[in-house]
Amino acid sequence: MTANPAEATATERAWKGFKGGLWRDAIDVRDFIQRNYTPYEGDDSFLAGPTERTTAVWKAITDRFPEERAKGVHDVAYDIPSTITAHAPGYIDRDKDLIVGLQTDAPLKRAIMPYGGWRMVAGALETYGYPVSEELEKVFTEYRKTHNAGVFDAYTPEIRAARKAGIVTGLPDAYGRGRIIGDYRRVALYGVDRLVAVKREEKAELDTLPAGGLGLEETIRLREELSEQIRALGELKAMAASYGHDVSGPATTGREAIQWLYFAYLAAVKEQNGAAMSLGRTSTFVDVYLQRDIEAGLLTEEQAQELVDDFIVKLRIVRFLRTPEYDELFSGDPTWVTESIAGMGEDGRPLVTKTSFRYLQTLYNLGPAPEPNMTVFWSPRLPQGFKEFCAKVSIDTSSVQYESDELMRPRFGDDTAIACCVSAMPVGKQMQFFGARVNLAKTLLYAINGGRDEKSGAQVGPSTGALTSEVLDYDEVMARFDEQMEWLASVYVHALNVIHYMHDRYAYERVEMALHDRDVRRTMACGIAGLSVAADSLAAVKYARVTPVRDETGLATDYVIEGDYPAFGNNDERVDEIAVRLVEEFMRKVRRHPTYRNAEHTQSVLTITSNVVYGRKTGNTPDGRRAGEPFSPGANPMNGRDTHGYVASALSVAKLPYEDAEDGISLTNTVTPDGLGRTPDERIRNLAGVLDGYTASDGFHMNVNVLDRDVLMDAMEHPENHPQLTIRVSGYAVNFVRLTRDQQLDVLNRTFHGTL
Amino acid sequence: MTGLTVGPVTPAAAATHRPSEGSVHSWDLSTGVDGPGTRFVAFLSGCPLTCLYCHNPDTWKMRDGERTSADAMIAEASKYVRFISAAGGGATISGGEPLLQPVFTGELLHRLKHELGLHTALDTSGFLGVRATDALLRDTDLVLLDIKSWHPDTYRKVTGRPLGPTLDFARRLADLGQEVHVRFVLVPGLTDDPADVEGVAAFAGGLGNVTRVDILPFHKLGEAKWQALAKPFTLHDTPSPSPEQIAGVREVFRAHGLNAV
Repeated sequence: MTANPAEATATERAWKGFKGGLWRDAIDVRDFIQRNYTPYEGDDSFLAGPTERTTAVWKAITDRFPEERAKGVHDVAYDIPSTITAHAPGYIDRDKDLIVGLQTDAPLKRAIMPYGGWRMVAGALETYGYPVSEELEKVFTEYRKTHNAGVFDAYTPEIRAARKAGIVTGLPDAYGRGRIIGDYRRVALYGVDRLVAVKREEKAELDTLPAGGLGLEETIRLREELSEQIRALGELKAMAASYGHDVSGPATTGREAIQWLYFAYLAAVKEQNGAAMSLGRTSTFVDVYLQRDIEAGLLTEEQAQELVDDFIVKLRIVRFLRTPEYDELFSGDPTWVTESIAGMGEDGRPLVTKTSFRYLQTLYNLGPAPEPNMTVFWSPRLPQGFKEFCAKVSIDTSSVQYESDELMRPRFGDDTAIACCVSAMPVGKQMQFFGARVNLAKTLLYAINGGRDEKSGAQVGPSTGALTSEVLDYDEVMARFDEQMEWLASVYVHALNVIHYMHDRYAYERVEMALHDRDVRRTMACGIAGLSVAADSLAAVKYARVTPVRDETGLATDYVIEGDYPAFGNNDERVDEIAVRLVEEFMRKVRRHPTYRNAEHTQSVLTITSNVVYGRKTGNTPDGRRAGEPFSPGANPMNGRDTHGYVASALSVAKLPYEDAEDGISLTNTVTPDGLGRTPDERIRNLAGVLDGYTASDGFHMNVNVLDRDVLMDAMEHPENHPQLTIRVSGYAVNFVRLTRDQQLDVLNRTFHGTL
Repeated sequence: MTGLTVGPVTPAAAATHRPSEGSVHSWDLSTGVDGPGTRFVAFLSGCPLTCLYCHNPDTWKMRDGERTSADAMIAEASKYVRFISAAGGGATISGGEPLLQPVFTGELLHRLKHELGLHTALDTSGFLGVRATDALLRDTDLVLLDIKSWHPDTYRKVTGRPLGPTLDFARRLADLGQEVHVRFVLVPGLTDDPADVEGVAAFAGGLGNVTRVDILPFHKLGEAKWQALAKPFTLHDTPSPSPEQIAGVREVFRAHGLNAV
């Protein structure tokens, strides 16, 4: 507790009216929410539209989008390595901003963050025509080692070969790993001073060496990390002070709560160019403050909405400087400012508040947008009014994703948030070592070719001897596939261990980890891509007749398929069980390998937009897919092979076992408005019903797009007419007009479930 | 799916003892278009009508379908019971014309309703309504009835068959108090004659058991199927109705107290 009496009084004033509990004596935001939030079971009729101020501020930003889109970036602060305090304060409009703070001194101006790796910074600057400072280059190549340099010092030749062949891909060895969610709410609830005091106590417990249960190096590392965390919290205070705010104590109003929370988040995105910089689960926390102000007559609904709108404006303009190679993997300039909304409490009360509605309402007040990545934790038990509002927002904006609260809550509790797309973690108590993914379809080709790469002919995997039988035999292929997967899991986990060791060492997430408990649970988040291609290929081998076509070196480069085979995505057990088996088997193999910091192994079935790149790097497959053709995204069935409607398709995906893919299973569904019913009301009810049905069937995640193909085709030809057109891709949303043409075509070619 | 309960043995269940196989074109899951909510839809093969605007001409011939057992269809549908129970919806027997295979259709409806506990719908032109037994209709929660025109000549022009049987079936359903959704396909220059629309609306409004009327705008999405079957698609140059036209027709039905959408 705070020792200083004056501070104690200030804290009591800030907490006036809040019900007490464990949260007062220990850092426990969940307990605070549970004791103080007001569930809202009504409909959307209370919501307020945008104020003139909101519209003007948002217009000032959107006016700059066309130029940003054309150039790739609006501007870059090219000569200042970003830290929490490196940049002078910036505003969209100093007189109009309600919630203040920008990553640099001007909106949309990107920062450079060289700790991840200098080459990426230099490459990006060159791409966009900015000068590369010789002095900084010297600093970050001669004096100060980076994450990227560290990783390549410790990679093995085998890892490099697997990486080059594209069988292990997208690794965060050249960019920030992200997927760590600071509990930014702590700053609002407790103020920075209290958090620092707690961190000091946590550190003091480690003053003996080695400290309880920890080894020598572990203890020293943790002590250093805690010192960095404390330093970062100090910088957070300084940064807030540069905007005229004192965040040493708790927030006293709704506006301050949002501001404090945002400062904490802002500190993170000033310092880390992480692949996913997610926000957490903030709406119901913020609601406690807004509700208190509204009840005290200090705030109207319109004002409350305006604060939320202004906050969301800030989240929408988070930007990172990235290279074209990165953009190809993760297209559309995503930041994954994922906000997790709703869900049910462990006590059975819905965690839906009016502010849950207000967050979604921003998609009307400001128009559709990919960020923040609005993620609704869905349960059939959510209040009907909220369910229908979500469905309405999805139908109108295609900007919402849904994840099963029923699968997450029992495992992670009711204060869990999604990092990135589908990765669940209790806020402030768990982080992950993001591990991108391996290419399972290519691995299958390695099985057929005895570890040789089907494109280069190089021996990359273990030399198990190519299969020589004229027609592929299922059992034989599976046995070889098993061997190649065994090898792949070993190389893969090895690479991830190197990456995360170095990331901790050279690009540690100081402020994000300062907003965690000291002793966090860590997961090693592996992943697989090309699942449906692999499953369909195996089904073809098993149920049709597949004859490899071999080149003069014996390398199988194509396949002749005679007869039909059951394809994943039709709720057909014959092939679905193959997909399930692959998920289970790869997870089992991954689990055999020790991990850095004893992280628990998990995996995801998620591709983001990298399904296009993986496809490009993979030769012809035995399912009939041609070389270079994109994979389906995430866990989706292959385009056009799911012929019985999106429910059958979704139920194939729902069979994939969450316990063996706890880092998430991504499904993207695109349905035409007519495919949901004939009237607006029935479309809303029906979509809410579909989400209930999918959750009840153990489905984990569903991106919902409600779109006509014509709209997308028009947007390809006339991007200027669709500046805010948003679509959900695998696990996140993008501005359609910001996708590369390849990505746009991939989206367009995906199955649209409608009616005929 | 586990935990299915087998319904009580009713007289209609005796149908299960007959060889229960039918000609099936396909099955599908759809939302909001084949009856309320999300539904398992079985499209049976064979239709006595040859509607000019048919969007599934590939379902016309029974011999083109796949011989499928009722057991197989029920096994397929059973995979969706959990989903549909949570989502809201049911199962629909459509086609083709399901009443061309009344025994098979009857068994499917019975088992969908009693074995799987699903809400059942029958999607029919009514032309073969006389083949629907009372038992079959008792196993049908909702009839989706196409009334393609009020004018007998137009009806014949559109379908190649007389109108009378459909109207007789509609009256029988009314007598039985069976819930009906009427469907009316609005084709400019073919079924949009005001007297024709008024006739269907007045008839449907007078029945008392019609809880909804769907005004379905004509579209040409099925044209490719006609080409694939080398059949001339005579409505190639017919436009889709305008939103104003659709709204006008909707009002005609609403004027008869009907819930037209």
